[in-house]
Amino acid sequence: MMARLMPLAAQDRALILCGGLLAIGLALLPAVASALVVDKLTLLFIYVMLAVMWNLMAGYAGLVSVGQQAFVGLGGYAMVRLVEAGMPPFPAILAGAVLVAGVAWLLSGFVLRMKAGEFAIATWVLAEVIRSLVSFDPLIQGETGTSVLALNAIDPDLRRTTIYLMALGVMVVMLAGTWRLLAGRLGAECQAIRDDEEAAASVGVSTMRVKRQVYIIASVGCAVAGALWLASAITFQPRTAFGVQWSVFMLFMVLVGGFGSFTGPILGAVLFFALQEVFGDFGAWYLAGLGVVAILFALYLPRGLVGLWQDRGRDEPLSIRKRLAAPGDQV
Amino acid sequence: MSLLDLETVTLRHGLLTAVHGLSLSVNEGEVLSIIGANGAGKTTLLRAIAGVHPVAEGRIRFQGADITGWPGHARQRGGIAMSPEGRRLFPDMTVRENLQIAAEGARRKGDWTLPRVVEALPQIAPLLDRAAGGLSGGQRQAVAIGRALMANPALILLDEVSLGLSPVAVEGVYQSLAALKGRVTMVIVEQDLTRAMAFSSRLVCMAEGRVELDGRPSELSRDQITQAYFGLHKEGTQDA
Amino acid sequence: MLDPILQGILLGGYYALLAAGLSLMFGVVRFINLAHGDMAVLGALIALAMVGGGVPVWAAILLTVPVMAAAGWAMQALIFERALRGGFLIPILTTIGLGAALQNGMFGIFGSDTQSLGAHIGSLSWSGFTLPGGIVLGKLPVYTFLVAVAVLGGLHLMLTRSAMGRALRATAADPEAAAMCGIDARRVRLQAAALAVALAGLAGIFLAMRSQVTPYSGPMQLIFAFEAVVIGGLGNLWGTLIGGMILGVAQTLGGTISAQFSVLAGHLVFLIVLGWRLFGAYPAAKGDWRALMRAVLFPARKEKT
Repeated sequence: MMARLMPLAAQDRALILCGGLLAIGLALLPAVASALVVDKLTLLFIYVMLAVMWNLMAGYAGLVSVGQQAFVGLGGYAMVRLVEAGMPPFPAILAGAVLVAGVAWLLSGFVLRMKAGEFAIATWVLAEVIRSLVSFDPLIQGETGTSVLALNAIDPDLRRTTIYLMALGVMVVMLAGTWRLLAGRLGAECQAIRDDEEAAASVGVSTMRVKRQVYIIASVGCAVAGALWLASAITFQPRTAFGVQWSVFMLFMVLVGGFGSFTGPILGAVLFFALQEVFGDFGAWYLAGLGVVAILFALYLPRGLVGLWQDRGRDEPLSIRKRLAAPGDQV
Repeated sequence: MSLLDLETVTLRHGLLTAVHGLSLSVNEGEVLSIIGANGAGKTTLLRAIAGVHPVAEGRIRFQGADITGWPGHARQRGGIAMSPEGRRLFPDMTVRENLQIAAEGARRKGDWTLPRVVEALPQIAPLLDRAAGGLSGGQRQAVAIGRALMANPALILLDEVSLGLSPVAVEGVYQSLAALKGRVTMVIVEQDLTRAMAFSSRLVCMAEGRVELDGRPSELSRDQITQAYFGLHKEGTQDA
Repeated sequence: MLDPILQGILLGGYYALLAAGLSLMFGVVRFINLAHGDMAVLGALIALAMVGGGVPVWAAILLTVPVMAAAGWAMQALIFERALRGGFLIPILTTIGLGAALQNGMFGIFGSDTQSLGAHIGSLSWSGFTLPGGIVLGKLPVYTFLVAVAVLGGLHLMLTRSAMGRALRATAADPEAAAMCGIDARRVRLQAAALAVALAGLAGIFLAMRSQVTPYSGPMQLIFAFEAVVIGGLGNLWGTLIGGMILGVAQTLGGTISAQFSVLAGHLVFLIVLGWRLFGAYPAAKGDWRALMRAVLFPARKEKT
């Protein structure tokens, strides 16, 4: 399968340029911004990562998981363990993700054989199993959890800025990587599978291989996000790190932003972050509201805000689907 | 008197048009066979009459009422019963339940009760308490016809009656159908041309979603039919 | 050893009750309601609120079940019918959203207090029957089990003997053929949803008698229900009871090792059964355990052969 690419539209090139400039601006921000802003933006970057990774699975490979918190938690846990073994905390964030890739590789052969609804809940059960196993680790002390004390030894401002820059860097790498990946062979294969799995298999796309690649990439992405989150929160508690709310948040961001689009999850993450800032103080009622919004989007606007944009006759910005379809290919 | 009227009905499968602005009237008491090559739109047409395929354009009238928007279950209750392609029995239910369920769904008064249906289709009498999934092709077709009859329909649609059946089974099915002549109007989709010509009072040949030929079997020549079958006959004897 | 097994079997009755609605919903409406556990908790909290307001427990049960049936009907009509049109993705997203809305909404309305009906059912919550071997079976688990068997039996009779049951089974098997038999699939789905949510509510009340319930107890109950359904085999009522009992026994046996291990043991049995179903054919067909390992570790490679 050849992925033929249409040239980028002028507005898309402008958008990428703006994105690049924004990233540079954000990288310089800690020099001037307050600690609070830096912390908040770090959280936003983590949300973007989670949304982009979940969208990669659900939006592109059709894998709707309710169990990605397994990898968010494992990313944190791997970091805890590596730091305990003597590794400095910041390299441990990335090294932990490599370990998680192995776990995802092992699990993928099992979970990817399941059908839609089964996959959703079985991944959730697996996350619960992993949480239980992790809380058996004496280091974690059951539900109590543990703290990455090595982080406390670092100067708070230096720590904050380092985590911020790491989060920014990882997010930019993830976005650029996802873009490259989806514009290439994997994206074309994903699209073929999403459109018609049997037909894709019949022309030689190994659906298992494609899904597996996506699953492992997304899991590693969640692990890095989880480790970065732990680095800013310092305390690791199994119930929080492995909580199903991670999956609910990811789902919300992707659903509201727009499934299977490049810009959708970014938009969704920014919106989710903003909602949390404004309404977060309402606690349970705020979360109930998120649930209601999710229902309304699923029922009435299943393609999210990006879909709304498309309905008005405009192309989705940075559309990969469109670039993949050469004019002659269209039925 | 016309029982069923199709008025410029167009049916689609996604982007493909299966039936193009087709008009057809079926009179009460008729036995109408629709023949045509694979992909001519016969099954789609029958499914649209039964209300399980959406009508893209045009109208369907039944006993004078416009039923175009009625869902499948309402049409069955209104008197249109169908024995679909592949029979579609409920495999985990007994034959008795398969028959019962159609009567319970239809809630129509009439002559057809379980004993009467078994009388008309004697081959299902010994099968009543067996699971429908374990029956042979001919038995399944008989049960599907019985299931349609249980609704006390005014019109019965029989899709691909002899498809996949042994010659002996086909003979049995047609013997049962012969006993129904005059009691219920039938529209049959049949691949076997000889069978269709011998059995029906009217023959409609479809090609590429259009009626190519329409008339009494006795008045049509083999040549005409062959040409219509392959869609060669562009100016048919299509009567309005 | 015998004691935890008996306790586990009784616990299985509760799981079967919880799972029956999930299974029915999956069979007829064709999706897994991820808010099923939250429905159970909703039933429990409604009953608790009634009892708190002075209504006798038996009356609260009798009132809650129809209220839950109405809630199920309404949810099917307002949400699920529309969600069904969106393939497999939309129902999953919708029911997760519904779960989040229910959990946090219940928290907002009923507060965070963990509550139990145990205090309102007198000696039932602690007295038991003593068996010859000195094993004590709690009265409440025994009655829960009996109610579960009775409910499943009634459900079985309804499905096999009544017109409504036949319509449910026909719609589950082949909705289009059912329509050709005059069955209104939409109506049948409404009935199934009402029944499923009523069963969830009933299960929730038993949960509240047996233990503490919080607005956030639902997701775990959903997982248990799903595990019971998968272990017992989808779409099979008595299989669900067996599945519930296997899950219950796994949990009580695991509980003899440590409290944390109880739930984990249930998960592991579920994963083993699921794995067996996914890979069970491999060792036999391909020769040995090495083939199985290859199938698990290199699924893409296997596909090509």
